[in-house]
Amino acid sequence: MAKWLNGFYATAIQPSNHLTIMNLLKLSWKNLLHKPLNMALSLVLFALGVGLISLLLNLNHQLEENFNKNLAGIDLVVGAKGSPLQLILCSMYHVDNPTGNIPLEKSRAFLNPKHPLIKLAVPLSLGDSYHNYRIAGTTYDILELYQATLAEGNLWTNDMEVTIGAVVAEALHLHIGDTFKSSHGLVEGIEEHEHDFKVVGILKPTGSVIDQLILTTTESIWESHEHQSSVSSPQSTVGGGERSENPELASGPQSTAGGGEDSTAIVDEHDHAGHTHTTTPPTSYDSLTLRKLGEEQRLSLMERTDKDITSILIKYRSRTNIQSLNMGRNINEYTDLQAANPPIEIARLQTNLGVGADALKMLAWVIVIVSGLSIFISLYSSLKERKYELAVMRVMGGSPGTLFQLIILEGLLLAGLGYLLGIVFSHLGLAFLANFMEDSFRYSFSAWRFLKAEFWLLAGALAVGFVAALLPALQAGRTDISETLAEG
Amino acid sequence: MLLTRQLKYSYDGQRSLRFPDIQCGTGEHWLLLGQSGCGKTTLLHLLGGLLTPQQGEVVLGETNINSLSASQLDKFRGKKIGIIFQNPHFVRALTVGENMALAQQLAGIPVDKNRIAHLLERLGLGHKINVKTNSLSQGERQRAAIARALVNRPEVILADEPTSALDDTNTAEVVRLLEETASEVNATLLVVTHDGRLKEKFKNQIRLDG
Repeated sequence: MAKWLNGFYATAIQPSNHLTIMNLLKLSWKNLLHKPLNMALSLVLFALGVGLISLLLNLNHQLEENFNKNLAGIDLVVGAKGSPLQLILCSMYHVDNPTGNIPLEKSRAFLNPKHPLIKLAVPLSLGDSYHNYRIAGTTYDILELYQATLAEGNLWTNDMEVTIGAVVAEALHLHIGDTFKSSHGLVEGIEEHEHDFKVVGILKPTGSVIDQLILTTTESIWESHEHQSSVSSPQSTVGGGERSENPELASGPQSTAGGGEDSTAIVDEHDHAGHTHTTTPPTSYDSLTLRKLGEEQRLSLMERTDKDITSILIKYRSRTNIQSLNMGRNINEYTDLQAANPPIEIARLQTNLGVGADALKMLAWVIVIVSGLSIFISLYSSLKERKYELAVMRVMGGSPGTLFQLIILEGLLLAGLGYLLGIVFSHLGLAFLANFMEDSFRYSFSAWRFLKAEFWLLAGALAVGFVAALLPALQAGRTDISETLAEG
Repeated sequence: MLLTRQLKYSYDGQRSLRFPDIQCGTGEHWLLLGQSGCGKTTLLHLLGGLLTPQQGEVVLGETNINSLSASQLDKFRGKKIGIIFQNPHFVRALTVGENMALAQQLAGIPVDKNRIAHLLERLGLGHKINVKTNSLSQGERQRAAIARALVNRPEVILADEPTSALDDTNTAEVVRLLEETASEVNATLLVVTHDGRLKEKFKNQIRLDG
């Protein structure tokens, strides 16, 4: 590159004894630089088209990938009646509000570990958040669903203890031992709840939506809500009393005071207190233990028939079982609950989004074609200005093929540079969008990953450049040198 | 040596031009005089292989240039024939030096930057080597064109009205340089002109009558 700038010596220093493609390429480049404004116009137009296409390709790809990653093998989502897409967006992607609550009395059957059709059921109690990160009351089953493991600390065990996803920890600078108050809804600042949540553990990053969740016990959600409503209705039970109703469920806070901050303390506590198995955080997190603990948590939830949860994520034992396949329909037809099928709803969503994306992509291709036209026009008009110098190149020994190649190279160079510029634009745009996407759609987004489709886009761009240069190049090759030079 | 035999050429739908046979020995300098419209430029293009005669032949050294294929002729012209036009044209995106290097590359011979620097120095353009050609004056452009025509040490130098756009001082200078540099490479020089100022400067003259 620096050689090009070195003026005359760059060309002169070449030891080649004929006009190589490299030399021609340099000449093309200098010809383009000689008309910087023309070049800039063609480049910007081309970059705009390529950039838009690349942006769409990347957005589409990453959205699809994120959607698919977060499908996490979930076969069915059971929740309150309403829009099935909303239920899924809320329960699986955590971008929408719940459709409502479902009473455990009616949904407890799905939580039963002995259910003949259900392999895994994850109850979710949603509705609160902290700095836009959603707090989910759930069981350890959610860890199996998203293949999540602990990075440090412990799993949530007692009420008001939370284990947070990696993104939450990083974004909010939360550490083990920190406490915070939740707020109602997914938006910050609306009616803060009184109780403090305490961070006891942080999960390793998984790339799925669990990275962005704050996990706690279902009871904690109930408690923070009940506590609030207790102000208006004193007869409703409050935290401590509630727990005592169900000693199997959770221990009193006094028994785990300081617990969760380090695991040795908990082991000790287990030895001392040791009255129930669910009160202490697990010291071993192998999948069998987790499943066992999760099932125990579900069993205890099943007894709380007076309470509500938001939804249940379900994985079938067998996807080919006819009864499993009918389960969703049966729920929708014969119960007050709603069952939504994630693959179907997401496919529908993608089809709808896809139509928009396709239209935009068409538009972007139109821009690319127009920019090809601009390359054509700029090369064609430059031929008129350059006809003498092209004729002189013939006089100096250049063949018609040389001139043809020269103009083609100019077209390809414009297209290639326009492509590069467009790709840089698009990925800068993606980097810019990445923050926004993460905040509002719970997507982790990588701006500097390149798709195979972008290499095809390069081929397409070069093809446009070639076609745009073809006619001018043929014209240049056909220059009648005698006639041209006789004129001037 | 440059010679022609019974050259004839006609443009579409016009009467054909016949040219007297020419024979210029190696290293000789000739002036070809004629009024405008008598076919001087056509003859020069025939000699330079830019046009193909309908009849007759042009022989340069041992080669009948009309027997060459199109691509052979392009290379042959680049190497063996230096042509200087009334209005010199250059690749505008390149500097004077780069234009001369391009002349060598196009002719298929290695770029010799010493030769280029020396020639430009010889023609008083040494300081213009890294300058774009559009900043040159008319006289400088014509001298740069001479330098470019000579860079490949051609056997024949053809000049078409090289002085018509120049004042007397520049004309004398250009003619002197043409003759001197042509002699330095022992090239046959043929200047085609209607410029009366050149008459007394050349001993060998051909008159072309329309």
